[in-house]
Amino acid sequence: MLRNIEHKKSEYTATRNACKLCSPLGASLAYKGIKACVPIIHGSQGCATYIRRYLISHYREPFDIASSSFSEEAAVFGGQKNLNIAISNIIEQYKPEIIGICTTCLSETIGEDLNMIISDYKAKHASEDLPEIVHSSTPSYQGTHADGFHETVKSLVAGLAKKTEPVDRINLFSGFVSPADLRHLKEIMADFSLNFSMIPDYSESVDNPNWSEYKRIPDGGTPVSEVIESANAYASVELGYVFNKGYKAGRIKNKSQEVQTAGEYLESKFNVINHQTGLPIGIKETDKFFDILEKLSGNPMPGKYEKERGRLIDAYVDGHKIMFGKKAIIYGEEDLVIGLSKFLAETGIDVVLAVTGGNSGKIKPILANSNQNGQEPMTIGDDMDFEDLADIAKDLGANIMIGNSKGYYIARELKIPLVRVGFPVHDRFGAQRIHHLSYRGTQELFDRIANALMEYKQENSAVGYKYL
Amino acid sequence: MAKKTTKTSSPVLPDPTEIIEEILAKYPNKVAKKRSKSIVINDPEEKSEVQANVRTIPGIITQRGCCYAGCKGVVLGPTRDIVNITHGPIGCGFYSWLTRRNQTDPGPEGENYMPYCFSTDMQDSNIVFGGEKKLAQAIREAYQIFNPHAIAIFSTCPIGLIGDDVHSVAKEMKAELGINVFGFSCEGYKGVSQSAGHHIANNKIFSNVVGLDDTIRDGKYRVNLLGEYNIGGDAFVLEKYFEELGINLVATYSGNSSIHDFENSHTVDLNMVMCHRSINYIAEMMEIKYGVPWFKVNFIGAEATAKSLRKIAEYFEDEEMKAKVEEIIAREMLEVEKALKEVKPKTEGKLAMMFVGGSRAHHYQELFTEMGMETVSAGYEFAHRDDYEGRHVLPNLKVDADSRNIEELDVQKDEAKYRQELADKKAGLVEKGYTFSDYDGMMPEMKKNALVIDDISHWEAEKIIEFYKPAIFCAGIKEKYVIQKYGVPLKQLHSYDYGGPYAGFKGAINFYNEISRMVSATIWSKLKAPWKNEPVLVGKFADAPY
Ligand code: SF4
Ligand code: SF4
Repeated sequence: MLRNIEHKKSEYTATRNACKLCSPLGASLAYKGIKACVPIIHGSQGCATYIRRYLISHYREPFDIASSSFSEEAAVFGGQKNLNIAISNIIEQYKPEIIGICTTCLSETIGEDLNMIISDYKAKHASEDLPEIVHSSTPSYQGTHADGFHETVKSLVAGLAKKTEPVDRINLFSGFVSPADLRHLKEIMADFSLNFSMIPDYSESVDNPNWSEYKRIPDGGTPVSEVIESANAYASVELGYVFNKGYKAGRIKNKSQEVQTAGEYLESKFNVINHQTGLPIGIKETDKFFDILEKLSGNPMPGKYEKERGRLIDAYVDGHKIMFGKKAIIYGEEDLVIGLSKFLAETGIDVVLAVTGGNSGKIKPILANSNQNGQEPMTIGDDMDFEDLADIAKDLGANIMIGNSKGYYIARELKIPLVRVGFPVHDRFGAQRIHHLSYRGTQELFDRIANALMEYKQENSAVGYKYL
Repeated sequence: MAKKTTKTSSPVLPDPTEIIEEILAKYPNKVAKKRSKSIVINDPEEKSEVQANVRTIPGIITQRGCCYAGCKGVVLGPTRDIVNITHGPIGCGFYSWLTRRNQTDPGPEGENYMPYCFSTDMQDSNIVFGGEKKLAQAIREAYQIFNPHAIAIFSTCPIGLIGDDVHSVAKEMKAELGINVFGFSCEGYKGVSQSAGHHIANNKIFSNVVGLDDTIRDGKYRVNLLGEYNIGGDAFVLEKYFEELGINLVATYSGNSSIHDFENSHTVDLNMVMCHRSINYIAEMMEIKYGVPWFKVNFIGAEATAKSLRKIAEYFEDEEMKAKVEEIIAREMLEVEKALKEVKPKTEGKLAMMFVGGSRAHHYQELFTEMGMETVSAGYEFAHRDDYEGRHVLPNLKVDADSRNIEELDVQKDEAKYRQELADKKAGLVEKGYTFSDYDGMMPEMKKNALVIDDISHWEAEKIIEFYKPAIFCAGIKEKYVIQKYGVPLKQLHSYDYGGPYAGFKGAINFYNEISRMVSATIWSKLKAPWKNEPVLVGKFADAPY
C-alpha cells in the first residue's frame, strides 16, 4: 500500500528553534576536506567564531577558520582591505596550499566582488609563490548549511578544474556525512579497485589521531591537484538528490545563475559523466550505489559487502518484531531525511513525520515515487523548524525520534528515545565516528534504533525482563 | 620541578622576553608591532600598560565573538521572561541558542523563554526589499504564542546595512500590543568584540526597562548583583548567602533573572559588581540617576568570597549582619580547609594559565592561588585596559574609531527618585577609607614576570604552552581540543566543562576537586608533548627558585 504523503508548511513567519544552520558552516567543512586548506569566512568575526564553536563541539577537534574581521567601516565601504590582510596573515602563519574563502550574509549584502578582489590580490603579489585561492558564495539568506557545503564543493571544482590529459579515475562527491562515513566510502572504493578522488575528504582533518607534534594544518584532505584533475576523470559519482538546491523560494539576486552541483558542472563543462544517487542508506539505496560502482569498475560486488548486505537483511528479519509498526519522527538535512526515510520503510517502521529546514520541495516527489509502504500517513515538513515539529508531533503518538541533538528537548517532552545522527551532535561522544552509509552504516543505525526501542520498553516495563 | 611547600620564599617567575620575541618573529612587521603592545611582561611596581579592546587583525584566529553575541548571548540571554527575537539570517540566532548554559529558576508556574530561539530568518527577498514587515509579524506571533511581558529585538550584521529601523518597529509594536518592546542595534561589526554588545545592552536596559516599577520591596536591605550570569548555578549558591544575611537580592544582572526585577532594580541600596567588564555601565548610570553606590565584589575563591561578604556587612554598618557573616565564613571555611588539605598535595606548585572573558581570567586566579598553584600567564578575550590595570587609567583611555560609535548615554540625576541618603552614606564611608566605584584590575595581583596577553591567538597560545608547560590551561570550547593536542588539559571557564557551580565556598570546593582531578590524571603523560625532547627549556624553568 503506497503511503498517503501530506505536505505541510509552517504557519509562522518567524523561525522558532531552527532545524538548519547557516551556509558558511557547511562551506568551512567542505574546505577542511581539501589538503592543506585554510578557510576564511569573509565578514564580521562573529560568524567565524560561532561557526568554529559549533563545529568544534561536534567534532571535538581543533578547527581553525579565519575571518576577515569586518569593522563598521568595512561594512559600509567594503572589506577588500580586510580580506587582503587576512589572506597575507594566513599565508604567513600557515603556509597553506590553498585558501578557501566563503562569504557571509554581510559581505553578500554589500555585494563584494570576490573575483575582482582575489585577482587584484594575485596581481599585487605576482612575484610570490601564492597558494591557490578559491571562493564560494554562501549567504545564509539563500540556503542552509547543506547548501553552503554543496555550493562550496561546486565552487572548488569550478574554480580549479582544468581539462588536460584523461586520468583513470572517478570523482566521488560524498555529501555532508561523517568522517567515519568518508573512511568507509574510501574502503569501498579500494575494494572495488577503483581509482578515485573523493572531494572533499575531511575524514582525517576533523578526526585526527593523537599527534606527537602539534600540526597547524591537520593531515588529510583531497590534494589540490586532484581537484584540478577532476575535469579529466572518466566519471563522477554524486551522493544526494537535493545538494545545493535546497533553496527554491526564489533567489532574487543571482536568479539568472542556474544552480549546478559539482558533478553537473563537470559534466556540462568537461563531459565527465555524472552518476547521481541518493545517500546510500538502507538496502535499496545502497544497492543503487553499488550498482554504479560495479558498472564503473567492471568488478562484481566484493564478497565482504555481499556478506554485510546479507547480515543486514538477516537483521531486518530478526528485528522486525521490534521495529514493525513503530512510528518515527525524523529530521535534518534534506538528503539525510530522504535516506533515512527510505531505509526505515524497509524495516517496517512508519515515518510519520519528516522535517527539514531546507526548502527544495523535492522530498515529497522523491519519496512519493519510492516504495513508502506503511500503515500511517506521512507528513513532510519543508522549511520547518523544531517548534513546527513539536506542534505536529503532539498528536502523532510517535515511538522514536531520529536526528541531531537539537531535537532532544522534544524527545524529552514526548518521553520517547532519540537516536542521534547527522549534525550537530554535541550531547553524545564520538559524533565524528557515527556510521550512516552503506550496508555497514545502515546496520549500525538499525542496531541503534532497535536497541533504543528495546531499552525504552525495558525501562518502562513493570517487570524488568532481562530477555527481550 | 621542586615542590613549593611554604609561601615564605616568593617564587620568581622566569623572564619570558625570549618567548615574546619568538612569537613576534613569525608575524609580518606591522602585525608584530601591533601585537607587541598586547603582550606584556607584568611588573606590579612599574605598572605596565596593555593594549586592549583594539580590533583583531584579520586572519589571526581569535577567541572573540561579535557585538551581537555580547548583547544577546551574554547580557540578555540569561533573562528568562523576555522573548528575544534575532532579526537577521538564521545562523546568528541559531548559534546563540542556549549555548552558554545559564541556569534559571522560573518556579512551577513561571515564564521561561530561554529554550526558544526566535529568528526572522531573513531570506533573499527580505534583504532586497527590507525586513521590517517580517519583523513586525514575528513580534505579533511571539505575542500570540506567549503573551509575554516584554519582547526584545536583536539586530545582526545585514540589518544595519539594509537600513531596517528596528527601533521604530519596536515603537509601533509597543503601541499595537501594549507590552514593552525594545530593540538593540547590536550588529556584529560594531566595536571589536562582544564588549560593544555589553555596552549596547546596558544602555537599552537602562533606558527602556530600569525604573519602570517603583515599588519598594520587602526587607531591611535591598541589593543588586551585577555581572553574575549563573553559569553552572553560581547565582543559586550566592542567593543563599544573601538570604541568610537577611538581604533582599532584587535583581541579578542577569543570571536567574526576570525583567520584573530589572524594572525595580533602581530601588536598591547597593549595587555589587562581579564582572566589571560587562556591566559597569549600568552600575555607573544607576548611581548618577538614582544615587545607588556600587562597589566591586568577587565570589570566585573562598578568600575572595569571605572578603566580599565582609565588605557588604561593613557597608550596611549592621553588627548583627557582621556577626552572621563571620558565622557563615567560619562554618564554610571548615569544609574549604578540609578540601584544600586533600587537594594541595596534588596541586601545589603547579602552573596554570587562563585566557577567557572580561573578568574570569582575573577572578579564577584566586582559586588557583588557594590551591597553591601559580598563574604564570593570563589575559582577557574582550576586556579593556581598566580591567587589566585598574580604573585609574580610565581618564587616559584612547577611544579609537571602533569604539567611538558605541553610544554613551547622557544620564541625568532623577530629582524625584534620587536617593540622597545613599549618596551621604557613601560619602561618610569614603571618609573612613572605604572604597567605591573602584576596580584595580588583574595586573596588580599578578606576580612580576607573569605574561599578560590580550586577545591571545592560537599561535601565541601554542608558543607559551611550550615555554611554560602548564599543568592546566583555562579557556573555552574553541581552544579545548587544540590545547589538549599538546597533552595539556583544558578547563573551560565559559561553560565550566558542563560542571559547576564554582562560586562561593561550595563552588570553590567543587573547583578544587575538579582541578586536582585534571592535573593528576595520568592520561596526559601518555601523550608525547612537543617539549618532551627539549631539556633546555625544562631545565631553564626548573632553575627558577621554587
Ligand atoms: S550573518 Fe549569515 S553567515 Fe553570519 S552567522 Fe549569521 S547567518 Fe551565518
Ligand atoms: S553576522 Fe554579525 S551578528 Fe551575526 S554572527 Fe556574524 S558577526 Fe555576529
